[in-house]
Amino acid sequence: MKTYSYYPGCSLEKMAASYHISTLACAQVMGVELKELEDWNCCGATAYFHIDEILANTLSARNLAIAERTGLDLVVPCSGCYKNMYFAREHLVNDPDLAEHINYALEADHLEFRGTTDVLHVLDLFVNEVGVEEIKKKVKRPLKGLRVAPYYGCQILRPRKEAATIGDVEGPRFFEDLVAAIGATPVNFPRKLSCCGASLIITNRKAALAMIHDLLQSAVDQKTDILVTACPLCQVNLECYQQQVNQEYGTRLSVPILFFTQLLGLALGIPEKELGIGSEFVSARRALDKVSEQELVPVSS
Amino acid sequence: MATKPTFSVEVSNLLQSVASKPLSVCMQCGTCSSSCPAAPHMDHSPREILALIAAGQRDQVLASNAFWYCASCYQCTLLCPRGINIAEMMYALKRFSLWKRSYPKGLIGPDFSSRFVKIVMKTGRSFEPGLAPAFIFKHGVRGLMNDAFIALRLLLKGRLSLVPQRIQRIGNFRNVVGRILPLARAA
Repeated sequence: MKTYSYYPGCSLEKMAASYHISTLACAQVMGVELKELEDWNCCGATAYFHIDEILANTLSARNLAIAERTGLDLVVPCSGCYKNMYFAREHLVNDPDLAEHINYALEADHLEFRGTTDVLHVLDLFVNEVGVEEIKKKVKRPLKGLRVAPYYGCQILRPRKEAATIGDVEGPRFFEDLVAAIGATPVNFPRKLSCCGASLIITNRKAALAMIHDLLQSAVDQKTDILVTACPLCQVNLECYQQQVNQEYGTRLSVPILFFTQLLGLALGIPEKELGIGSEFVSARRALDKVSEQELVPVSS
Repeated sequence: MATKPTFSVEVSNLLQSVASKPLSVCMQCGTCSSSCPAAPHMDHSPREILALIAAGQRDQVLASNAFWYCASCYQCTLLCPRGINIAEMMYALKRFSLWKRSYPKGLIGPDFSSRFVKIVMKTGRSFEPGLAPAFIFKHGVRGLMNDAFIALRLLLKGRLSLVPQRIQRIGNFRNVVGRILPLARAA
C-alpha cells in the first residue's frame, strides 16, 4: 500500500466535506493510504497574496515543513491550496535567500523547509500515481450512458506554461481519460479550462455570475448530465449560485455539480452515503438513476 | 545622484518570489485583455493598465478597479507572448494599493482580504461566516436574500461551519508570522 501525507484544507472540513470523505474512500479502495497532516494551517488562499507575498509563502511553507517530517509526498484536494503549496515549494527551492528568510520564521515552530516533499493534486494522484488502467480494473459499476463534463478550472494547470507531470497545460486530456475509465462519456465543452469566477462571487458578483453562466451554458450545450470538479470553490460557485444565474439571465440551468471523487467512488462500488451524494444543491438523483437502471446487467469486476 | 525609480520599476519590485519579464517589454498586443474573463467588468483592461504603468500614470492606476476584479485565473500569464506574469502583477498592484491605502470607494475586495488575513492570523484556519460582514449588505436586496437562502441551505445540509477551527500550536504559528512581519507583533 502506497502512503501519502494529506492536506484537506479549510473548505473540506465542512463546506466540501463530501470531497473529503469521497477522496478518502476512493483512495482506500485503490490501495492508497492518505495520512492527514498534523496541525496544518490555512494555505492563505488568494487573500494573503493581497497583503504580503512572503507571508503567504510562509503559510504554505509551514505545511510543507510538517509534511517533510513524515517523509511522504503531500496530496492536496483543493486546487487553490494545491497551487499555493506547489508554487511556494518551487519558489523556496529556487530561491535560497527566500528559503533562509522563511526558515528563520519557521524556527519559531521548530520546523525547517528543505524541499524534500513533492506536492500532488488529488486528480494527479488518481490519474498518474494510481493510474487510469488500475482504476479500470477496479471499476465494479461502470457509469454507462452518463454524460459527464470534466471541468479542470484554473489552478491545477496554470500558471505553469509548460506541460507538467500532471498533464498538458493548454489542451489537457487526463480528466476526460479518468471519466472514460469509470465508464461514463466525457463531454468535451469549450469552457472546460475557463474560470468559475473564484472569489469574485463575493467581490464582484455581476462578473462572477457572467462567468458561471457562460461556463454552465457551454456544458449544457454539449448535453451534460453531471459536471465534475476537482476544487471546492469551483463547486460552490457553480452550484450554489446557479439559481442566481437563472434569475439574472432568465435561463433554466439545472446542472448537478459533483466532485470527481464522488463519481469515481460510485464506479468503484462505494455506497452513495459514504461519498456524500445528496449534499449537493442541484440533485444528481435523476442523472444517477439513469445509471442504476442499467445495474441489472451483471458486470464482471 | 540618486534617481527615483519609475512607476514601472516600482511595480516590478513588488514581485518578490515570482518570475516575470519586466513590465517594460509589453508590446501592447492585448492578448491579456482578450483572454481575461473579467476584463468586460473592469474600468481599464489589463492591456490598458500596462500602458498606464508604462506612462507613469500612478494615480490613474491606483484609482482603477481592474486589479481588484482579477480572479487570478492566470490565462493572461499563460498566454502573454512577452513572458510578463500579468496575474501576479495584478496581485502586486493589490498589495501596492492596500499599502498606500488608496483604492476606489465601494470595492469589497480590500475589506474582504483584510478580514480573511485577520481571521487566519487569529486561529490558523479560515472561517467562512467570519467573512460575511465584508459583503453581506453590498449586493442589494436580491443579493442579500440569495446569500441568506444559500447559507440556510448549506446549514441544513450540514455544510456550514458555525464554530471557528483553531490549530493546536497557534502560539507558535503567530510567532512564525511575527518573524516575517516583525513590527506587527512582538515575536
